[in-house]
Amino acid sequence: MADTTTEPDDRPLWGPTAYLLLVRIWMRAASQYRVSLLLTTVAQLFTTCLDLIAILVIYSHVRTIGGFTLPETLYLYGTTRLAFAVSDALASGVENLATMIRLGNFDLVLIRPVSSLAQVLADQFTPKRFGKLAAPVLTLGWAIDALPLHWTAAKAAVAIGTVVCGLVLYCALWVLTGCISFIAVDAQEVANSFTYGSENATEYPLSIFGRPLGLALTFVLPVAFVTWQPSLYVLGHPDPFGLPEFLRFASPAAAAVLSGLAALAWRACIRHYRSTGS
Amino acid sequence: MTTTSTTDPIILAEGLTKAFGSSPGRFRRRRTTDGGFTAVDGIDLRIAPGELVGYIGPNGAGKSTTIKMLTGILTPTSGLLRVAGFEPQRDRVRLARRIGVVFGQRTTLWWDLPLKDSFTLLQRLYRIPPDRFGENLAYYTAALDLGEFLDRPVRQLSLGQRMRGDITAALLHDPAVVYLDEPTIGLDVVSKHAVREFLSDLNQRTGTTILLTTHDIADIERLCSRVVAIDHGRVTYDGSIDDLRADRDLETVVRELYLGRSLVDTTE
Amino acid sequence: MRVYLTAVRLSLRRYLAYRSSAAAGAFTNTVFGCIRAFVLMALWKQKPEIGGWDLADAVTYAFLTQGLLAPMGVFMTSTELGPRIRTGDVAVDLYRPVDFQTWWLSLDLGRALGGGLLRTVPPVLFGALLFPVRLPSSPLRWTEFAVCCALGYLISFGLRYLASLAAFWTMDERGMSSILVALGMFCSGLIIPLSVVPGALGTVLLHTPWAGIMQMPINVLLGTQSGGVGYALAFGTFWAVLLLAAGRMLTDVARHKVVVQGG
Repeated sequence: MADTTTEPDDRPLWGPTAYLLLVRIWMRAASQYRVSLLLTTVAQLFTTCLDLIAILVIYSHVRTIGGFTLPETLYLYGTTRLAFAVSDALASGVENLATMIRLGNFDLVLIRPVSSLAQVLADQFTPKRFGKLAAPVLTLGWAIDALPLHWTAAKAAVAIGTVVCGLVLYCALWVLTGCISFIAVDAQEVANSFTYGSENATEYPLSIFGRPLGLALTFVLPVAFVTWQPSLYVLGHPDPFGLPEFLRFASPAAAAVLSGLAALAWRACIRHYRSTGS
Repeated sequence: MTTTSTTDPIILAEGLTKAFGSSPGRFRRRRTTDGGFTAVDGIDLRIAPGELVGYIGPNGAGKSTTIKMLTGILTPTSGLLRVAGFEPQRDRVRLARRIGVVFGQRTTLWWDLPLKDSFTLLQRLYRIPPDRFGENLAYYTAALDLGEFLDRPVRQLSLGQRMRGDITAALLHDPAVVYLDEPTIGLDVVSKHAVREFLSDLNQRTGTTILLTTHDIADIERLCSRVVAIDHGRVTYDGSIDDLRADRDLETVVRELYLGRSLVDTTE
Repeated sequence: MRVYLTAVRLSLRRYLAYRSSAAAGAFTNTVFGCIRAFVLMALWKQKPEIGGWDLADAVTYAFLTQGLLAPMGVFMTSTELGPRIRTGDVAVDLYRPVDFQTWWLSLDLGRALGGGLLRTVPPVLFGALLFPVRLPSSPLRWTEFAVCCALGYLISFGLRYLASLAAFWTMDERGMSSILVALGMFCSGLIIPLSVVPGALGTVLLHTPWAGIMQMPINVLLGTQSGGVGYALAFGTFWAVLLLAAGRMLTDVARHKVVVQGG
């Protein structure tokens, strides 16, 4: 066994494979507490319904909000919530980063021969996160049924692309906001503004935020590409801000740019990581 | 990548420095509360394959910072550093397959799961070939007496049992270099003895290079052929334990070390 | 009495020690205040008066709820008591020569005061500067608001204390608590003002204890509480007393259970 002369196979475990392995083991750990898991799943399911109830309450008073009808808004809610719920299931392990850094457990991430990002994303994975999927799936189904839309192949493709790009955009946001923990370990709550805040804002037609903020949410923090821009095309709605037509199809580009930024930021953070304590 | 031959040191540091707070990193511009201090200040270190070195010094001397640079956790501010031919921070993932790390105060095991599950996961993460993994696990189970608690959740293990589990976890992939940070801290006498015998055997049997930080004089006395002492981020003594002992008894020397006094005059 | 005041003071000081954390929280509260304000403004632009509120009332509400969120502990899963029961550390607390419930109330009150000092003003101030927020100038109104907030806080503590005690029976209060948080988020009017909710649901919501945590104090401040200040005070007192009494009874049952099991 004194075979230290044999060089180990140098290819590190592929990130996604490592991620799935870790997800499986964390799920096994979470299922040790069954009752709690069940109740928290129910709580998650219920929590995601709250915004939906709020939208229904609002539309009980008026017929349109920001120029959008109830089924249209529910379509926005459904797509953004679905993308967010999946990204939350996949990537919200990042939320534990501040604690990991504070307790020094991030050191342990860095001594393993797999991608640090894969380890952090999978951290404390729990099946309860799937509880967030139910409400958006059902709502989206209902909204699509209620919308007076003439579906074409192009619209269907954009609709599916909306959720996929939205999911990638949210994952990139999780990683970018995770980087806040490296810079200021106790400022973690600021991250919520960008993750949960973006999700909350995009449940509604972006037109309600007015032109300056609407443009900022398009070109600075590009959450308009999560659902708003592609959905304008699917719903056949003119852009209230009068932005050019090609932006309806720019979500993949926005997702790619934000993912690239997230990857760069993550790498910089690892390089400048200063381990705490002794 | 430099090619490693047997005569090359497995750990090579030249002028290794880590400064906190004052490095030109983009994030470190602002004044931090622990404002610019140099944790490790120009360390030179050559450790040959198969050596068992005790790395000692008072709290805050820079021991942990050094180990964190050697493992690739921290990026050095300046200086040259090679471990097994790799630049630790840059080649972190590849280096990780060749090193094992044990933190005495922290566990790398999965708290809520049986000990064995952590090992099987590590097999996959480190891509250990199944037959090699089986051999190693059988060996360490016998050598460290893990049999009776392999199927018990880690949270239910005693400190000594957990440490034995952590040591196994750090060795399953046959690392060429092992760092142990206070591996006997908080253990009872029997467990301490078992851990020491095991490490000594590991070093002699496999030629694994071991770097050990400890506050326990008995660890050094029993295990280390060479001692490197550090204080205020500088190496204050580097030599054989016999040379240290020739002059005065080891206990006094170590006690002085932990009070932070330099050894240089006393050994000359 | 002095021991409880000391507990409040220490707990407050601990909260104030994490100022950057509180600043981060206040920032997030402000962002969410803006999001909620825009949503409500969109509604009120279409329908200028709902449930006796005009647009300024609604916007003021959006920022005030975000300001009250931290001190009222709307997002808090329980008190710090829950985890102590889970880990068994509670045995030490039970044998302390202090009243158990008051002790935990004191610790939580310190946290709430800290939250009120550091996290209430920023979102409201931001709203007042950039949005059509309208706050009354009458000192009497503010005093009434403060009293209603105190009652609302007691209700919030009462609910969270009960949820923590559940850990004595389930050994893990996290499930219970997360359901309580979800309920509280909606029933306290954080997501949408309760006065906007139509029909029977709206009526029910205005009578749960959560209505006394944020909605009623804000109603009082805006001068739109139906039944007047007297009703809000009576409502708050009723629920606070009921919940605290229930907590007291359950504490005795739990203590008995621990003593029996511990023997």
